[in-house]
Amino acid sequence: MSSAPRAPGGRGGDGSPQPLLKVASIETLYFDRIYALFGVSLEIEEGEIFTVLGPNGAGKTTLLRTIAGLLKDQPKKGELVFGGRRIDGWQPEAIARLGVVYVPEDRGLFRELTVRENLELGLWGRHDDGVRTDLEFVYGMFPILHERARQEAETLSGGEQQMLALGRAMLRRPRLLMLDEPSLGLAPRVAKSVYEALTAISRTGTTILLVEQNARLALGVARRGAILEAGRIVLEGTSKELMENEDVREVYLGVGTAEAAVKGWRLYRKRRRW
Amino acid sequence: MEKLLQYAFTGLAAGSLYALVALGIVLIYRSTRVLNFAHGDIATLATFVAFSLLSSEYSFPVAFLGSLLVGAAVGIAFYFGVLVRAQREGANLLGMVILTLGLALIIQGVVVWWWGAEPTSLPFPISDTKTYKVGLVVMSQLALATLAAGLVGSLLLYLLVQKTRLGLAMRATSENLMAAQTLGIPTRMVLSVSWGAASALGVVAGIFLAPALLLDPFFMLDPFLKGFAAAVLGGLNSLPGAVVGALILGVAESLTGAYLTIQFKNTLAFLVIIVVLLLRPEGLLGKEFKERV
Ligand SMILES: Nc1ncnc2c1ncn2[C@@H]1O[C@H](COP(=O)(O)OP(=O)(O)OP(=O)(O)O)[C@@H](O)[C@H]1O
Ligand SMILES: [Mg+2]
Repeated sequence: MSSAPRAPGGRGGDGSPQPLLKVASIETLYFDRIYALFGVSLEIEEGEIFTVLGPNGAGKTTLLRTIAGLLKDQPKKGELVFGGRRIDGWQPEAIARLGVVYVPEDRGLFRELTVRENLELGLWGRHDDGVRTDLEFVYGMFPILHERARQEAETLSGGEQQMLALGRAMLRRPRLLMLDEPSLGLAPRVAKSVYEALTAISRTGTTILLVEQNARLALGVARRGAILEAGRIVLEGTSKELMENEDVREVYLGVGTAEAAVKGWRLYRKRRRW
Repeated sequence: MEKLLQYAFTGLAAGSLYALVALGIVLIYRSTRVLNFAHGDIATLATFVAFSLLSSEYSFPVAFLGSLLVGAAVGIAFYFGVLVRAQREGANLLGMVILTLGLALIIQGVVVWWWGAEPTSLPFPISDTKTYKVGLVVMSQLALATLAAGLVGSLLLYLLVQKTRLGLAMRATSENLMAAQTLGIPTRMVLSVSWGAASALGVVAGIFLAPALLLDPFFMLDPFLKGFAAAVLGGLNSLPGAVVGALILGVAESLTGAYLTIQFKNTLAFLVIIVVLLLRPEGLLGKEFKERV
């Protein structure tokens, strides 16, 4: 329970910067018996974009849902420390109120409510006078939301829905923004513009934890990243390191022909440097 | 023609109370997916509380407000005290529905124990013998008050749900609980408001039904089933549907009694349920829930 004494300024006793989020050897199970995460550890630093890559079923979504407190009684083992506070076992509403904002794979919009109402709900609990400027920031970043303000969210295109989800998340002034495959189902051009928005959001100082299958896009914006496979972190490093890693290049960046990529998969399964 | 209008009016008055019952059922169903079988019994308990307050010389408005508060408090207490805990222990929806049945039985026991099973009548300030003639239709004071109660109750709920921030949070929470949680909306508080408001609406129906029926521990059973049928007819997750379904059912029932046979009147509600479930399970105005995995 008790944490080591910390010097002021958010630095650890050894002088290294205190991470914003520390995930320490967490284990998450479904139905108390199906393991989805086996001892995952990560440290996300203030202000960075950190990406978690991995194939289908690796546990990426499970990781984000565990951090957000959405899985009852999970993590079963390990610790989640956010801003110096243990948050594992907390109610999702309480974690959200600390500034952890989670945009799920399906965008988590209220489909039957209007764009405007969705944004209003993003402002829940805020009474400061920054509300106006934040709304202007969001409408400035995504002018389409202003045009569609009175339209129901379900009538938006996939890209517009992702913009609404991002805009609504920004109104919560996130300290940590967690995004689950924001490029999912989007045409390449639209995905690119969503990623441009991500870069703009990051420039405001927001820390972002980005889950993706599209490694090229994610590594293009992230400072650091990790590869999650079958519930374990198998590789971690800066984006540059990851992009230069041979296995990552073959399997995730698909360098070479499609056949080479398939062959790469098999090879890589055999070699498994990790 | 005269007879038709007269019975249609009587049906509308009855239907407006079914609407209050149905709104409560729908409000709870669409926010928590639970069918509240204690809905009628909470109203019974609260109506008996009004009876006791009136018997101890409190004025009608005081008794009315007091019973509303008791009804809302029982609904909220049940939500926090039983359902939230059950959910935490991993109870599924069927389990929670059975818990509401349990609550119904407990309340019935309490009412019989405290007030006895002898039918009594609620001293009510509005008369059902004083009548007005409007056009071709004779309207009793009670029928008019009943209509007004149904109208005001529905209107207040409409304003709460559609025009307030709390109502916005209620709609959001009903549609996507997880998304509401991740926005930091206090979803349990919001859901408890649904339970409180739903129960209070049921109590209004109970108080206005009591003078027409006699007050006994089971007097809300029939109106509850009618409200349930109306909710199914309108679509279990649609609030406007509940009102439309209730008015249709009220009028249909009244006309059946007038032109066919009075014995058939109560069977109608069940026929409605069966026919709707067979032909259009989502009801007149309901939408099928898009279940999220
Ligand atoms: N609700 C659930 N109940 C049971 N098992 C689940 C549940 N959700 C996920 N799993 C299992 O947990 C593992 C990790 O799933 P998760 O959704 O976290 O993967 P993912 O990396 O997000 O995959 P994708 O890229 O397809 O979204 C999978 O084996 C999956 O079958
Ligand atoms: Mg996923």
